[in-house]
Formats: sequence, structure tokens, C-alpha cells
Amino acid sequence: MATTATAHVTKSWSGGKSPFNVEYGKLMMWYFLMSDAFTFGAFLISYGTIRFSTNGWPDPNEVFKSFPFAPEGANAPLVFVSVMTFILIISSVTMVLAVQAGHNMDKKGVTKNLIWTIIGGIAFLSCQAWEWNHLHHEGAWWGSNPFLNHDGTASTTNFTNYFFTITGFHGFHVLSGVVINIVMLIMTLTDKFEQRGHYLMIEKAGLYWHFVDLVWVFVFTCFYLI
Amino acid sequence: MAHTAEHDEHAGGGTKEIIKVTVILTVLTIVELVLGFWMIDIPLDQESFRLAIKGTIVILMMAKAFYIVAYFMHLKHELKNLIMTIVVPLALFIWFIAAFLYDGNSFRNLRNTYDPHFKEQSTIKVEKKQAASHGEAKHADEQHGEEKKAEEKAGH
Repeated sequence: MATTATAHVTKSWSGGKSPFNVEYGKLMMWYFLMSDAFTFGAFLISYGTIRFSTNGWPDPNEVFKSFPFAPEGANAPLVFVSVMTFILIISSVTMVLAVQAGHNMDKKGVTKNLIWTIIGGIAFLSCQAWEWNHLHHEGAWWGSNPFLNHDGTASTTNFTNYFFTITGFHGFHVLSGVVINIVMLIMTLTDKFEQRGHYLMIEKAGLYWHFVDLVWVFVFTCFYLI
Repeated sequence: MAHTAEHDEHAGGGTKEIIKVTVILTVLTIVELVLGFWMIDIPLDQESFRLAIKGTIVILMMAKAFYIVAYFMHLKHELKNLIMTIVVPLALFIWFIAAFLYDGNSFRNLRNTYDPHFKEQSTIKVEKKQAASHGEAKHADEQHGEEKKAEEKAGH
């Protein structure tokens, strides 16, 4: 066991070959995403700590129960956020397809799937903008929490502070992702990647986009489900 | 192993995998939502039952995270060196989560034991406000301000 491990290490690290077998930019994107994961992790763990140190907490099904064009007093918990979640998952799928098309040097496929990904990102941002606006009209903002705890006791502003900070931080990542994807689309359309002979840049943008989707999986669970 | 997987992807087996992972992610999300809807009707005093559902949702969340990172971000098909470089540091989260949540919980227990005001505040029911409109929001704000002051006083 020990000998095989040593042999493996020697093989990878004794020089003459790339130990990670990925290009520099992609490795650095992975490192960046790892650091970003710690940022989001710190946010979410801090949220969890505060929630654990408080006796009551608002019921997400009470807070997030509306959707655009809903009739007055609509009670539809989880519905709107499910739509947002699926938008992001599907946009992640189209991004994978764009990366795959890039592998096959298929410019048309890359363009098509990038456009779908960008549309998905903008749709998600629009949903989030609507939701923030809606909550703001209900009186929720940083430092102001109109909602009661699930058990009917008074709540603190921790709930809204964390909600707006973390979804805001995530939304900003989505926005950056959309901008990056638009840059990728322009570079594809102007044949930058054809000239380079590879579409590896799309892969890095793809990694970032999937990370945004990944973070949403956690945010969605922590704020809307549990 | 990593190499054969990479070849498969280049050979076009990738699309099948993408479809498979998409279906898995969709199914996991739907199960999460079903559990979420189920939990709406479970009364608050059945705490352990609610906790069990929440735990299940968290496990499903981890499964989704695994599929996104392993297949969409392609990490599963990278060399083991790269996988370890990324995954091992993230293991710190296990400690972070355990330590911080335990600490939060302990802080709550201490306050409930030694801070009568804190305990009392969390038992007083506030009258339920109707779906807040603009005017009422401001009212809620003021009310909240007072409550915060009271909390601060208790702290000192």
C-alpha cells in the first residue's frame, strides 16, 4: 500500500510532466473557487450559528409565499423559489453543453448554448430582483424585519440581515457570471477561439457558472427549505 | 481510470452523462421540495420529526453538490492530485460547521439559563400582523426598534 502510494507520487511529481494535467488558468480558477467556497461557507456558517443561538426563527413558508402577478394574499410557499432553482439548474446544463461543444470546436453549438445560459442567468436575476422588491415592500430590509417567528414571538433583524447579505452576495456572483458569459459569447462570435485553436476559456467560465449554481443549492436549502 | 473517462467524454459519451446528471439533479430537487411541502403541515412541537426531515434535506443537498462538482465541473474526471488539492482543504468545513453550530447552541442554552429577559422575550407571543403594506412596515420597524433597545438593556 505504502509503496504503491510512493510510486504514484514519484510518478506525478518527479518532473517531466504536469502533475495536475490541467492548464494554468483552469487550475487557478479551481483555487479561486475554493477560496470563494470558504467565503460563502463562512457566511452560511455564521448564519447557522446565529440561528442556533436564537430561540425562534421566522418560518420561510410564511415569508416567501408570493410570486409575480399573484393575487392579493396569495399563499404559495416554495413555488417561486422552485422556479428560480430550476432556472439555475437548466442554465448550468446549457453551460455544460456549451463546454462540450467547445471541445468539438463547434462554434454554432457554443454560441447557441451560451445564449441560453445568459438568458437563464438574466431570468434568475430578474426573479431575484422581483423577490427583493417584494420583500422590501413588505418592510423587510437590512435592519428591519416585519416577520414574526414561527411560534408567534417577536423576531430579530438577524433573519433579514443574513437573507439580504447572502442572497445579495450570491446574486452579485450571478451577475458577474452573466457578464463573463457575455464576454465569452462576444469572443466566440468574433472567432477569437477559432484563431486560438481551442475553446478552453469557455471551460473556465463554465467552472465559475457551475459554482454559482452550486452555491445556490446551499442558499436555497438554508434559507427556503429548512 | 481518469484517462478512460476523459476519452469517453471526447468520444461523445458526455452527452449521455449530462442528461443522466440533469435527471438526477431534477429528481433530487423535486424530492427536496416534496419534503419542504410536507414540513409545512407538521406542527412545531414535533421537533424531532421536523429535524429528521431537515436532516434528510441536508443530505439531499450534499448529494446535489456532489453531482454538480463531480460531473458538471468535471472534477471526477480530473487527476487524483487535483481532486485532493481541492477537496481536502474543504474538509475543514466539517470542523467549522460542528464547532460553530455547537457554539451557537451552547450560547442559546446559557442565555436561556442565565438571562431571564432573553428567555421571557422568546415566550411572549406578538399579535400577528396582517399582510404588511407600506404603512404597516414602518410600524413594524418602530416596534422592532423598541424591542432591540430592550434587548440591549438586558445585555448590559
